[in-house]
Amino acid sequence: MTNETLRNLLKNGAIWGFIVLELVFFELAGQFLSLSDSAFMNLDNMLLLLKQSAPIGIIAVGMTVIMVNGNIDLSVGAIFALAAIVMLDSMNWPFMQALGDWSIPLAWIFALLTGCLLGLVNGMIVWKTGVDAFIVTLGAMLGYRGLVFMYNGEQPTYHLNWTMVDIAEADILGLQTPALVFIAVVVIVWLVTTRTVHGRNAYAIGDNREAAVNAGIRVGPHFVINFVLIGFLAALSAVAFYSGSGSVNPNDGMLFELWAITAVVLGGTKLAGGKGSIIGTFGGVLAIQLLRKGLGHIGADTETVNLVIGSILIVVLLLDRQLNRKGAEELKV
Amino acid sequence: MTATTPALRLEGIVKTFPGVRALDDVSFDVQPGEVHALMGENGAGKSTLMKVLGGVYQPDAGRILVGEKPVVMASPLEAKANGIIFIHQELSLATELSVAENVFLGELPRKRFGRVDWDRLYTVTDEILKRLRVGFDARTRAGDLSIANQQMVEIARALTHEAKAVIFDEPTASLTDAEKVVLFDVIADLKAAGVGIIYISHRMEEIFKITDRITVLRDGQYRGTIATAETDEEAVTHLMIGRALDLSRNVSHHEIGDVALEVRGLSCGKLFQDVSFEVRRGEVVGFYGLVGAGRTEIAETLFGLRDPTSGTILLDGQEVRIHSPADAIARGISLVPEDRKGQGLVLGMNCRDNMTLPQVDDLKAGPFVAEGAEVAIFDQYRDRLDIRTPGWRQLAGNLSGGNQQKIVIGKWLSMHPSVLIVDEPTRGIDVGSKSEIHKLLRELAAQGYAVVVISSEMPEVLHVADRIVAMYQGRVVRTFTSEEVTEDNLIQAISGIGGQAAA
Repeated sequence: MTNETLRNLLKNGAIWGFIVLELVFFELAGQFLSLSDSAFMNLDNMLLLLKQSAPIGIIAVGMTVIMVNGNIDLSVGAIFALAAIVMLDSMNWPFMQALGDWSIPLAWIFALLTGCLLGLVNGMIVWKTGVDAFIVTLGAMLGYRGLVFMYNGEQPTYHLNWTMVDIAEADILGLQTPALVFIAVVVIVWLVTTRTVHGRNAYAIGDNREAAVNAGIRVGPHFVINFVLIGFLAALSAVAFYSGSGSVNPNDGMLFELWAITAVVLGGTKLAGGKGSIIGTFGGVLAIQLLRKGLGHIGADTETVNLVIGSILIVVLLLDRQLNRKGAEELKV
Repeated sequence: MTATTPALRLEGIVKTFPGVRALDDVSFDVQPGEVHALMGENGAGKSTLMKVLGGVYQPDAGRILVGEKPVVMASPLEAKANGIIFIHQELSLATELSVAENVFLGELPRKRFGRVDWDRLYTVTDEILKRLRVGFDARTRAGDLSIANQQMVEIARALTHEAKAVIFDEPTASLTDAEKVVLFDVIADLKAAGVGIIYISHRMEEIFKITDRITVLRDGQYRGTIATAETDEEAVTHLMIGRALDLSRNVSHHEIGDVALEVRGLSCGKLFQDVSFEVRRGEVVGFYGLVGAGRTEIAETLFGLRDPTSGTILLDGQEVRIHSPADAIARGISLVPEDRKGQGLVLGMNCRDNMTLPQVDDLKAGPFVAEGAEVAIFDQYRDRLDIRTPGWRQLAGNLSGGNQQKIVIGKWLSMHPSVLIVDEPTRGIDVGSKSEIHKLLRELAAQGYAVVVISSEMPEVLHVADRIVAMYQGRVVRTFTSEEVTEDNLIQAISGIGGQAAA
């Protein structure tokens, strides 16, 4: 039984153990190998870390729900870019400029609606055609990115509004707006997944779709809700990020879908659906950002960062597989 | 026949799974040039035995001999290498590849540098196909063939090896009469070539037509081998059924109420045609027939998983249209499906959540699920159904089959349905839990539920049902009352012998 308990602890707490390991390693490597002259684990650094994880993190939260439900969404990076463009460009429209600073909340609403709409399109196609979400959102990824380029060609879209920048850089207890939004999203979606009927049904559908249908659960509407949710979150991520920067390039948000999936998988969510948690994903997002920061801290360049993260992902999944093996009697396929 | 060396011999094979002794000291042999029938009810251990022979499972005790040589088979590939060839009920062809590539799958003839020797592949395959007298050639795409012809490809596969023993698992389940004739010819050819053949089927007619000896399994135990020529259907049936379990005929002591469910002339394409029956409150109606007779499909149609092509369904005298399980549930129809793990339970979810899955929407406190109410429901039905689990947090996948089935039944009872359809209520459940489930089904009827039980186990329907609907190839052959029914007339009805007159 102790063996079993240990196994469960390893399985569910692995990501947090990994985060502690990272912290200790980079702290020690920085200090004793004299690779860096500043401490790694100071408060400012950690607060900054939360802010930097926010764009991918907010999307990863949505991706967790999508993957628990047994789907995947590859179009989030393109939705992120398109929502950002809608937000910044709309503020240049004459009637919006006439509104002064009141154009800010309106621009946010436009961006969020864009995200919801694009998610709705994905969800309806997956529901009504029955085509695999991987294929549908692969198409959507290309299509939505196409819209991004149609909007403004290769040119960046920008609009600088100092009030908006102030809001984006406001902080509570040292946490800036993007970090606060990230934390709020984690808490709310965690409640949705663990406490609501929709969350319960999403797990059931992802684990065993047939049994869920046999229990009278209508699968399609749940799919649609989750695609709208992730579209909304991708747009929210754009709102949180671009309100401060004020300028978006047509290539922004590329590969975000893969970073989000990486974080989700590191956090223990199964690709096949039915298992996963928002808290695990939160850990996965932090672990990746820590790794980026930490490797930078000890002087590694960006190419090395990707190589290391990729290797770690595979090692983690290998470990997970070993821990989840049923034993020698498992059917060989 | 024992004078020659058997093609295949099994000695004292034992295989246990947690909670179940699936094979208990099974021994028999198959002579070269013999067609040997293996019979037994579903759950008697045939498929486990076949998996042991096929190298999928390792026996806990006993040994397998091919010719005089004891063999240990760690994988299906090794079974094949030892000359044991399977013709599976479920076809496993790569449908996008040609027939020839399928026949030699994994063993394509090669030329130098690993190139495929296509010429040889096609000529050799065409030679084999000629022996089988089939109407297609080696270059045909496997997916374009009929089911019967796909089965021929499987057989062709068997012929590429030097087969010592060929095992046919319900080969005629999806064949037409004409196709069966071809199959029997092929079996006769194999027999003439000195191959030992194990033939698994429920169809008495076929067994008596083509086999030489019959071995019967029951509850994982060997029940005897008899020469086909010296026995009859009744004797074989007797070996297959008749068990220690209490399966005495049920007698209803309670009032039978009004008609809860009535079905008139219901059809669904080729799956079943013109099915009519009624189920009253307080009554258990059993559906008995061979696999593929259309029983499960009727249940699926009543539950909204399939749309009927014609016919009407009436609930309490009112005509209803049911398009989805949600519709069915809202109207008080519940289905305990055939495949508990695949269709009935979310295995990665805990017992409580599984039990309340269809009704969580009604158990809300504000925006959230009222978990206290859920626990109350779980506790109530755990006690009522005597579900043995350490607590509601236990994952459904960790329970025994009997307790899993009770969770599924509890899930529906807590919704207070009027009609409860139970498909194969005790499949894969150990003998002790079986009688508990039987008792439970009887009690539910006594409490006024209209219960439909679909079963492939004759003792089960005889024991539990007030009336039995016998089905054969998608049609209702006859409806028996518990006074009329005998094992013989029931088996005849579902095998398509003589029973048509009574339709």
